[in-house]
Amino acid sequence: MGVPLVAVTDRVLDLQALVDELARTGSGDGAITPFVGLVRDHNQGRRVEYLEYEAYEALAVRALQRIVDEARQAWSDTRVAVHHRIGRLDIGEASIIIAAASPHRAHAFAACRYTIERVKQIVPIWKHEHFAGGDVWLEGATADPDDEAARQTAYRIACA
Amino acid sequence: MRVTIRLFARLRDLAGSGELVRDVPHPATVQTVWRTLVSEMPALSEYERTMSVAVNADYSRMTASVNDGDEVAFLPPVSGG
Repeated sequence: MGVPLVAVTDRVLDLQALVDELARTGSGDGAITPFVGLVRDHNQGRRVEYLEYEAYEALAVRALQRIVDEARQAWSDTRVAVHHRIGRLDIGEASIIIAAASPHRAHAFAACRYTIERVKQIVPIWKHEHFAGGDVWLEGATADPDDEAARQTAYRIACA
Repeated sequence: MRVTIRLFARLRDLAGSGELVRDVPHPATVQTVWRTLVSEMPALSEYERTMSVAVNADYSRMTASVNDGDEVAFLPPVSGG
């Protein structure tokens, strides 16, 4: 049974399952680079107690698929898998896992970095931060998948 | 005609609900739906310049046309990862 390469889930994320799935389905690869995003205990001077992630799930899955496709176009030999968790997450828990597989490590690293940068730009998921003394919705980028300048920024960061 | 409005994160909190059903005149655009919403809840208007919109779970534009039964979503700036 295969693991989906793209997912939004309220379950604990399993990086090894992503890595195994990519390794199992690509015999020409020489590298897989993982990325794990964690909930940290501080943000902008606040002591964070936990985060609640909310998603527009149907669109979030589509946006993740779009990013995976973009990465494959940018580094044609590279496959990316990405799972994002939603719901309540405590400090130290993984909110996102990414794995990129490629014949060459440089492309795998770049595609992995590209994916997390693009997630922050265009995937409709929001953090509700609960900190000591209050709570706040975090708001980052206005999501516009057709914003070519934003996409180029993500690409440049990935290749830096 | 009738549309379902989806709101998320702080927009949902401000509206007090993540899902609303509203009648809008035909023909309508996403902008028509937004104006209907803001006339009812003026506090939402602060998001007019920073939000994104989606129709039937696909990113869209304020000028896009909306049909009976469509799901129209208004999205604050995102903060995933």
